[in-house]
Amino acid sequence: MFKALADPTRRFLLDQLFARDGRTLTELESAVEMTRYGVMKHLRVLEEAGLVVSRKSGREKLHFLNPVPIRLIHDRWIDKYTERHVTALVDLKNQLEEQR
Amino acid sequence: MTTTETTDTTQGERTLQVYRVYIKTTPEKIWQAITDPEWNARYGYAAPQHFELRPGGSFRSTASEEMRRVSDEMGYGIPDVVVDGEVLEADPPRKLVQTFRMLMDPAAAADGFTRLTYDIFEVAPGVSRLTVTHDVTGAPTLAAVVAGAYEDQGGGGGGGWAWILSDLKSLLETGSILAG
Repeated sequence: MFKALADPTRRFLLDQLFARDGRTLTELESAVEMTRYGVMKHLRVLEEAGLVVSRKSGREKLHFLNPVPIRLIHDRWIDKYTERHVTALVDLKNQLEEQR
Repeated sequence: MTTTETTDTTQGERTLQVYRVYIKTTPEKIWQAITDPEWNARYGYAAPQHFELRPGGSFRSTASEEMRRVSDEMGYGIPDVVVDGEVLEADPPRKLVQTFRMLMDPAAAADGFTRLTYDIFEVAPGVSRLTVTHDVTGAPTLAAVVAGAYEDQGGGGGGGWAWILSDLKSLLETGSILAG
């Protein structure tokens, strides 16, 4: 995963998906100055690292940013606050209500 | 994941969020962890989820006693049924499709029913891939919740699907959720 994130083009592709998810290769290709083949190669590295999940939709292949691998790193080394599990739902309700 | 848009896409009229995790376990264990309230009350939001595993069967997630106690102490009410829905397809241990409506508060309830799909695939002996696809079309409040938007507000409202799946992986691989 860290190797996948080490490349600036791949980080840029993830930024694109972060801004708007579910893009086709053609859409992603238009955002970078690179050949279609080059973008495909980068997407494959991102998919192998689990950071991108693709999904067929008709004739198109849509690419989604998958935040789970990054979450695993976060949970392993940063966040070990387990009490939150009991209160998460209550907190959530509270926050939803505060919003209005 | 700080905004609603982060894991959304609009394809035609559908808005999807897709999450995937690899877990060192069998599809059967993952299926059990999703569908059995003895298991699904042990990770994520920890509200037990009850399934009637047949097309047309009911789905409901209930607040645990501890949640009710904490909620009362903090001065909020919490509904008995926090999420409801219907089972659309149950193909153990590979695929579960259901509708999903959050009843936590009026805004979330007003989003109505969304469509949730679990796909489980054994990629190698003892290693399984779980993909969660949540169609949150027309459900902006729920879309923000499951993307983890409320966690970042500092109130600890849970990190949505990424958080739930990380927790599930930890439970199945180590026997406990991420308590350190």
